[in-house]
Amino acid sequence: MYFMDLFIKKRIKAIQKGDQNAYADLVDLYKDKIYRLCYRMLGNRHEAEDAAQEAFIRAYIHIDTYNPEMKFSTWLYRIATNLTIDKLRKRKPDVYLDEEVGGTDGLTMQAQLPSREASPEEAVESLELQETVQRAIERLPEKYRSVIVLKYMEDLSLQEISEILGLPVGTVKTRLHRGREALRRQLGHL
Amino acid sequence: MECPKEIVLLMHSYFDGDLQPEGEQRLKEHLRSCAACAAHFHELKKTVAFLQYAAHVAAPPSFAAKVMEAMPKERKTARLRRFMHRHPLLTAASLFLALTLSSLASSWGERGAFSVSADEHVIIRDHTVIVPKGETVKGDIVVRNGSIRIEGTVDGDVTVIHGKKYMASAGQVTGEVEEINQVFEWIWYNIKEKFNRALQSIE
Ligand SMILES: [Zn+2]
Repeated sequence: MYFMDLFIKKRIKAIQKGDQNAYADLVDLYKDKIYRLCYRMLGNRHEAEDAAQEAFIRAYIHIDTYNPEMKFSTWLYRIATNLTIDKLRKRKPDVYLDEEVGGTDGLTMQAQLPSREASPEEAVESLELQETVQRAIERLPEKYRSVIVLKYMEDLSLQEISEILGLPVGTVKTRLHRGREALRRQLGHL
Repeated sequence: MECPKEIVLLMHSYFDGDLQPEGEQRLKEHLRSCAACAAHFHELKKTVAFLQYAAHVAAPPSFAAKVMEAMPKERKTARLRRFMHRHPLLTAASLFLALTLSSLASSWGERGAFSVSADEHVIIRDHTVIVPKGETVKGDIVVRNGSIRIEGTVDGDVTVIHGKKYMASAGQVTGEVEEINQVFEWIWYNIKEKFNRALQSIE
């Protein structure tokens, strides 16, 4: 782990000195994570590829604003998450559920979700299950979607998620809680 | 149906990994006696398992190459911007110098009006300042766009900008005598002036 951090630090120093090739190592290291995040957020491979590419280029251009006290992956995730949220917001608004309907309880929000339940046959084929899970994630409002994706797809700690989104850990927990309940309505019966 | 809300909160604490032993005990007890909550908990567990199962997606094979291809070409301006970002003080100093030099260079071009910094004990005639014989000017004299003829004594520096100095003999000026007729001399003079003023303000 320590060795990895050192490797990343050295790469970043080289990039800051103008060595563009040093960046290729970092792209290689994080491409799957960032692409996966974009895919889960956007639900479309083509858009995900564009978004992930844009995230890496943004990170490169703004490499001087990177604060080495933060993990490099946290910073990359933050850029990619913000980018995908921007893209989601630019889509048609009627695709989304009203985020405020849940109130403080969150458990009531599930009642507002359209319950498109997958049939048992869908669950048989693993690829279909993947699809079903992805569609369920896409039904989540973006603020629940981002925490769910970061937690369960990227396997990040609550602390890291809070750093990526710039939110208190308590808020991350509340959103996870609501996100899980909303997903339970769609996936819990499979 | 009338289960305490706390039960669902305990379930989510469990998934967040921060369920305390007392909470765990309470949750277990309730789940044992309540089928509805047990089903709820089971569904949440399944949901989380599905999410984790679906996690594995990899970037397309050519992804990294495409990123590197789409990278902005390293330009001089990019390098300069990076340099400026890393050395803000040096950037500010050189920027200041560049601005000063360019404004000075242009101010040199426009020949201003005749002016002199001392008017006691001197005679002014046709853009020429005369320090008459027997007179002593105490302090520095700066003449712009004119000349100076020193027949008496100056107890200080004499500077002539865009002009000539005429002296009957040496030793009449206690300080430095300077004629500035070149743009570089002009810039140098200004820098010295500013520097001295800065020093004085520090002292
Ligand atoms: Zn119950």
